Amino acid sequence: MTPTVAARRGATDVERVFREVYGQAVATLVRVFGDITLAEDAVQDAFVVASERWRSDGIPPNPAGWIVTTARNRAIDDRRRSARGRELHEQLGAAARTWHDPVAEEWGEDAAVKDDQLRLIFTCCHPALRTEHQVALTLRLLGGLSVDEVARSFLVSEPAMAKRLVRAKYKIKAANIPYRVPAEADLPERLRAVLSVLYLIYNTGLDDPQRSVLRSEATRLARALVELMPDEPEAAGLLGLMLLSEARVPARTAKSPLVLLRDQDRTKWNRTMIEEGHAIVRACLRRNRPGPFQLQAAIQAVHCDADSFEATDWAQIVALYDQLFSVMPTPVVALNRAIAIGEIEGPEAALAALDAVAPDLDTYHLLHAARGTTLRRLGRRDEAKAAFERAAGLAATEVDRQFLTQQIEEY
Amino acid sequence: MSQYLLSTYFVDGEVEGAPMTPEDMQAFMGKVIALEAEMDASDTFVFGGALHDPDAATVVHSSDGDPVTTDGPFVESKEHIGGFYIINADDLDEALAWARKTAEATNHPIEVRPFRATGRVEDWRGEA
Repeated sequence: MTPTVAARRGATDVERVFREVYGQAVATLVRVFGDITLAEDAVQDAFVVASERWRSDGIPPNPAGWIVTTARNRAIDDRRRSARGRELHEQLGAAARTWHDPVAEEWGEDAAVKDDQLRLIFTCCHPALRTEHQVALTLRLLGGLSVDEVARSFLVSEPAMAKRLVRAKYKIKAANIPYRVPAEADLPERLRAVLSVLYLIYNTGLDDPQRSVLRSEATRLARALVELMPDEPEAAGLLGLMLLSEARVPARTAKSPLVLLRDQDRTKWNRTMIEEGHAIVRACLRRNRPGPFQLQAAIQAVHCDADSFEATDWAQIVALYDQLFSVMPTPVVALNRAIAIGEIEGPEAALAALDAVAPDLDTYHLLHAARGTTLRRLGRRDEAKAAFERAAGLAATEVDRQFLTQQIEEY
Repeated sequence: MSQYLLSTYFVDGEVEGAPMTPEDMQAFMGKVIALEAEMDASDTFVFGGALHDPDAATVVHSSDGDPVTTDGPFVESKEHIGGFYIINADDLDEALAWARKTAEATNHPIEVRPFRATGRVEDWRGEA
């Protein structure tokens, strides 16, 4: 290996470690300082020191602990130097004294570190923040994505995203949004908000290969949440749902940007992910505390269980959609149920079910895509074409639009 | 400890949710009195009140020491603050819990706004 190659590999290793430890380090320092901006600045400073030292000395055995200790010490030094910050310095000193030695004590205890992340994710996904701010904060603070990466993921400019983050952090500080795992009574609702943010992040990464980092980040955070809250079956359900969806991505994007489930080469599915997803769904069934994410995971588990589209257990899928609709009565759930009905009772039954939900979903491209497919099966070609045209006009992503335009061109 | 303004907005010409009969009024008063007693018991209540309609408002401008007085509210709007509480709360979650109770008692939406500073400006020095 030439020195340049070694250096480059060293550089990517350091970047990878930065990404991994950013969320942990920020979460712990937010607890110590009680201030997000201060915590972020301190971690950035520590990364600057680390990027020089680690490249010559190698990555230390406990990189996160190293970053936290360095960040904390530098933040305290900075405050000590500025006269204005004397008061703050005393405050930090007090926090540091009660904190003992982080590397020796807390970083030896996984639980303390994880609790910090759990507190921070509930702050980021607080209902007093608008959803787009929740998503941006979660990706930046817990996912360790750069502002530019978050901006590109949501198709906004870097300055616009930076402004969004500043506003969100301003509200947390000004309104005194706590860093705390919510009380038992509020937990189900608050956890649902966290899970929804993670699922939104995942789905945003699903339709665009350029944004696949969002899928891996959402899955990583969901996995962390399951470890943090092992008694919450919905967190497990979300992880299962993501894994069973992720397992099919290679087949979904194999020949063209979008290959439908019906046409996918199932040998391309990732068996390891499917096995893990299935194990999670089985564990959820044993616990018998169903919720929307667990039921959606169960539906995906049935799909992944089938060797071919025709071999799918549609009766099971319809039964699961019925159960899902009883806890989450949304038009989109009704739409998916209607599609599954079509596979058992035929296209006429599907069309009737689709028309029943149509008024609520008139601006949703997938309703019109489903109507197009169903009308085509019924041989009603003109109506099918019109439905696909409507769907293409409403499609939110370029991939969907191209796929739907292709359906029109087949006529 | 933080302080928050919990304000309730009324919309001109709308009486939705407002008590209509003497019995309704009595039930409404009962709920608000109970809420305020709970606020007092937990040292939450700082100040509160119900405001007259914006028709009763007057605006005073001072341009170069030349005071100008005009009739009416500063912002002409269909929505206006009908009443408010100022409360002590440990953090936003606690303030939101009080807002929830206030919304239930008054049957009106409640806006929660944190104070940047409270008390006399004299006391803020060194904080800014």
